[in-house]
Amino acid sequence: MMEKTKIESGFSSDAKKEPRRIVFITRNTSAKVKDDRGPELMTYPHLLVREAIVFEVLIIAMVVLALFWDAPLEQLANPLLTPNPAKAPWYFLGLQELLHYFPPFVAGILIPTLVLVALIMIPYFHVNVEGKPLWGEKASKRLAVVAAVTLGLLILLAVVDAWTIILPTVFVAALLVASYFSKATSGWMGSLRLKPLSWWVMTWFIATALCLTVVGTFFRGPGWSWVWPWGTHAV
Amino acid sequence: MATTFHAALENLRTTRVWKSIFRRGPAITNRTRSVAVFGNLFLHWLPVKVREKSLRVRAAYYLGSLSFLLFLLLVITGVLLMFYYHPAAPNAYRDMKDLRFVVSNGVFLRNMHRIAAHLMVLLVFCHMFHVFYRGGYKPPHEFNWVIGVVLLLITLFLSYTGYLLPWDQLAFWAVTVGTNIVSAMPVIGSKVRFVALGGNIVGENALLRFYVLHVVILPLLAFLLIGVHFWRVQKDGGLTVRSKDDDGKN
Repeated sequence: MMEKTKIESGFSSDAKKEPRRIVFITRNTSAKVKDDRGPELMTYPHLLVREAIVFEVLIIAMVVLALFWDAPLEQLANPLLTPNPAKAPWYFLGLQELLHYFPPFVAGILIPTLVLVALIMIPYFHVNVEGKPLWGEKASKRLAVVAAVTLGLLILLAVVDAWTIILPTVFVAALLVASYFSKATSGWMGSLRLKPLSWWVMTWFIATALCLTVVGTFFRGPGWSWVWPWGTHAV
Repeated sequence: MATTFHAALENLRTTRVWKSIFRRGPAITNRTRSVAVFGNLFLHWLPVKVREKSLRVRAAYYLGSLSFLLFLLLVITGVLLMFYYHPAAPNAYRDMKDLRFVVSNGVFLRNMHRIAAHLMVLLVFCHMFHVFYRGGYKPPHEFNWVIGVVLLLITLFLSYTGYLLPWDQLAFWAVTVGTNIVSAMPVIGSKVRFVALGGNIVGENALLRFYVLHVVILPLLAFLLIGVHFWRVQKDGGLTVRSKDDDGKN
């Protein structure tokens, strides 16, 4: 019943020798050794010693920090006593700052989801894998598109008064436009001119996230009003 | 003195006991150095040789290594904190007071855990952005980037679930604010919030759920994915080295 078909099995002889590739010739190329890896060092000890040193330095730094910087402990949790403002941990304060401008669904669900999807999709876009500069070919046409998109975004942000996003957006846009008109071939402006679009998008994202988080952490007080970190209320 | 010590160490390395533990003699030849890496369970996911370029500090600023070390530090300090902690209200808060006033080095222990947690979140972000700017997500590293994004999420959830555990005002309201956002999710929002909190408000059930997530589920997931993440770095051909790095600058 069990064995309707007979399966032949056995042992083939194991490979006696390790195959060794001598040359690898693809179409339309001559045989050559492509060595772009550069010189190599043994992991033991070179990498492991470096890692050990880094670990030791970090542990020492951590111990020093822990000796002088106490973890906060407030009163016992009390559902009837709401602090003003009630703040999330610092890494969510950018989102909480967004909540100040947008409805909860947009700030709390839509934008984080879009950011997450965008992050996951980064390696799969396969656009401009070589990282060609944004201001390469058709630069003037691209400037028009970039300017239109940026202006549209700024108008949208101005409508909701979201100036903690407007500020970093204007900053990055200024750098972008400056790099378009710059003739520099070296220095930081020279390197900016060679950056691809993906670099600009990520830099804008980081600048915005940083601005939102810093404002949410240090500059927001009761009722999410503007306060200065040194304690005086802005009017 | 130093030479005697050195000689004693050399002698130790040639003993049968040493060899039985480390499966090799002294790592003085390239062969035994290779065995030291691939013959060791805890190192075998590393390549035997590394490119000189990827050893430079600016190749990664050790951001990934540092994040991993902080994770280990958090596991160690976290397990020690578990000896003094009851995931119940209001006992959890009393345990915090005990850590401050009764337990030897309790303040230091809690400080270490707290600072390491915040630093880990910060460094994982830095690690991700640095990998992006170096183009480390490009083929064949695509999937390892995705694993990295998931690890970032796990790090955030680990930190966030831990935030509730002291059961003070800071913890309670931070989690209340955060979980209120979840109910903005269309259709299933309030249900998701109910499942996460084990009720409609942040109460004792939420504390227990966050505790179990914080000390069992999320660390296990993190360990698993960190393992895959490291292993993939090697399988995908090591750290990304840009052709720009050839000139020795930048």
